[in-house]
Amino acid sequence: MTYFGDPTIWLPFVFAALMGVSILIYVVLDGFDLGVGVLFPFANDNEKDRMIASIGPFWDANETWLVLAVGLLLVAFPSAHGAILTALYLPVAIMLIGLILRGVAFEFRAKAPAPHKRLWNNAFFTGSLMTSLSQGFMLGMYVMGLEWSWINIAFAMLTALFLTVGYSFIGATWVIHKTSDALQIKAVEWAKGGIWGLVLGIGAISLATPFVSTRIFDKWFSWPEALYLSPLPILSASLVFWLWSMLRKMPYAGDRRSWQPFAAATVLWVMAFGGMAYSFYPYVVPEQITIYEAASAPESLFIILIGTCIVLPTIMGYTILSYVIFRGKATELRYD
Amino acid sequence: MELETLLLSRIQFAANISFHILFPTITIALGWVLLFFKLRYNRTREERWMEAYRFWVKIFALSFAMGVVSGITMSFQFGTNWPGFMEKVGNIAGPLLAYEILTAFFLEAVFLGIMLFGFSRVPNWLHTMATFLVAFGTMMSAFWIIVLNSWMHTPQGFEMIDGVAYATDWSAIIFNPSMPYRFTHMVLASFLTVSFLIAGVSAFRWLIGGRTEGVRVALKTAIFAAAVLIPVQVLVGDFHGLNTKEYQPAKVAAMEGNWETETGVPLILFALPDQEARENRLEISIPKLASFILTHDWNGEVKGLNDFVTEDGEVLHPRVSLVFWSFRVMVGTGLLMLLVSWSAAYLIMRRKRGVEGLPKPMLYGLVTMSFSGWLATLAGWYITEIGRQPWLVHGVMTTKEAVGDVPAPLVLSTLIAYLAVYAALLAAYIFVIFYLARKAARGEDIGTRVAPSPTAAPKSTPAE
Repeated sequence: MTYFGDPTIWLPFVFAALMGVSILIYVVLDGFDLGVGVLFPFANDNEKDRMIASIGPFWDANETWLVLAVGLLLVAFPSAHGAILTALYLPVAIMLIGLILRGVAFEFRAKAPAPHKRLWNNAFFTGSLMTSLSQGFMLGMYVMGLEWSWINIAFAMLTALFLTVGYSFIGATWVIHKTSDALQIKAVEWAKGGIWGLVLGIGAISLATPFVSTRIFDKWFSWPEALYLSPLPILSASLVFWLWSMLRKMPYAGDRRSWQPFAAATVLWVMAFGGMAYSFYPYVVPEQITIYEAASAPESLFIILIGTCIVLPTIMGYTILSYVIFRGKATELRYD
Repeated sequence: MELETLLLSRIQFAANISFHILFPTITIALGWVLLFFKLRYNRTREERWMEAYRFWVKIFALSFAMGVVSGITMSFQFGTNWPGFMEKVGNIAGPLLAYEILTAFFLEAVFLGIMLFGFSRVPNWLHTMATFLVAFGTMMSAFWIIVLNSWMHTPQGFEMIDGVAYATDWSAIIFNPSMPYRFTHMVLASFLTVSFLIAGVSAFRWLIGGRTEGVRVALKTAIFAAAVLIPVQVLVGDFHGLNTKEYQPAKVAAMEGNWETETGVPLILFALPDQEARENRLEISIPKLASFILTHDWNGEVKGLNDFVTEDGEVLHPRVSLVFWSFRVMVGTGLLMLLVSWSAAYLIMRRKRGVEGLPKPMLYGLVTMSFSGWLATLAGWYITEIGRQPWLVHGVMTTKEAVGDVPAPLVLSTLIAYLAVYAALLAAYIFVIFYLARKAARGEDIGTRVAPSPTAAPKSTPAE
């Protein structure tokens, strides 16, 4: 182990990176299916079935990335896991109930008697909304250092709203990719309506973060860091611009470029997330506990890392396989 | 205040995990049963196996979704309510949980999509393979979590440095003394639960007139599986009990309701254990039988609960009445399962009359027993989990040490919310299963997502 240098330095870093990647994959993948849930009330019954069909084979695995992210926090940084989750007790409980509702509504809405379907559609929407809002709320509280003050709560409510609109945006881009005709046109409208949530959300967090901590301020606004970091906001702004001009002309003839809004949205998420990760590093609990202080014993981390190196590529492999098998426009889901 | 938080957090955890375990108990075994149906179909090409597969894969999907979402809750509960647990034994619990997520959760979740919706999209062999991988994934998941749970009962392979556990021997941790017994006991419990569920729902369909070939094979498969497995389960349960007696004698003493260490201990059939007076009321018992069961000697010595009270009055054994009664519920349900499955198997085999040989009362009996596996499994887990108290990790940390500093009203309000959701979902789950059964019995499509054509030709490629 000494070959790579001090394991108490590089192991926590590797695990923080793994956790970051899991969270990122989670917010993109479950982001789109949560977003589809949030958009549910805007669709008619036929479109609802189509939208469900577009996420049906994937949602379960998408949520597993949340389990992995929380699992990595739990196993690699146990004291941080406790500190963060006890501080966010209530929003976590709301999120969990939301996840339960939407997860089971998937199954129930297809199997329950027709008169009950409406009820389960509502459960699916409510659950998705509860999950998105509470995740946005937690994001805001995390950015503000997990302190329950009125101003922080107000900020967190704002990020709750922005993240929910952001999810519905990426959800809409997914629907654009997976459907056609009237629903696709509708989804283009949803995406145009939702892009502002994303812009405002990223903007609010980018502005708030440096002012909560001078440490983060210095990381961004000192020379020459500011120069190296400048591509991040510039690229994000051009992506938003490109997305907007593309959405205005959608759908293109022959369904050309229908995958591009989703891809662009994903890149936008990645950059926003990268910026946040840069801001908070090396802290796992903002300004309180660093990843190096919170890390588990190197021996335990090493055991997990070996497994991760073997298993994670396999997981990626069969996840891609599943997306390939269910590629193309969403058709009616059939059990046979 | 602190005490209230502890009690409420325990109730909340108990509520969450009790709700959660219902569904893995079904999916662990149902995955393999589905694989069995699929393999029979591949070999015989008889449509009845696929008919059984199609019906039960839907129950599987429903149960799986319930298991996943309630499982996510569990992974957060460690941090929200029990932060002390991971801080102290995180170095051991962490890798085990990580391996569960990595080797099991993704495998199940991804291949479930292919198993449910891929039959017409992928070659038949890949669909069979997906069914196998989902079954295998649920089994792996059960394995890792039971490794961790068993380690908490019989911890070994670690050392304590400054109050934190560090792993010294991973094979000792994984193959800790109670793991093989608990794992086998749980897997068999799962198969029995599924057998009685399939038997009960199939009997229901049979009774209301849905007498198809698919129902017939499912009913027969379930009854014979139950009849074969239940004696094995009794035997494994006995071994598990002996193992517990060696490592957690206080739990066994509570199961038996035995207060004093004695020789020739009677087996108590009925009693009202009184924790304050430290004695049993209204006791009915069979002399010396408990000694015989536990030590295989009529005059063997069995430890009593009073040995687990320290000199300054600290009680180091669990609440007796809960463990005592859970044990009787589990054993009673098990015996009933034995009686029902053997008589049903006998009636089917008698003069080779098959399912027609089952009289109506027997069919009604099977319907009533549909969820008997849940009852026995829950009772069993209550014995083992309540029986460990006041320890969280036996001899290493108490439950009290692990609880988080959350205001009691907050724990209470979330507890009420969870309970309301769980009650509604449980009712919906049971309702939908019987709704699907009625629909199938009428020969209608089950669920909007199901294509009609039960005669659809298989997609090519012979069985692998």
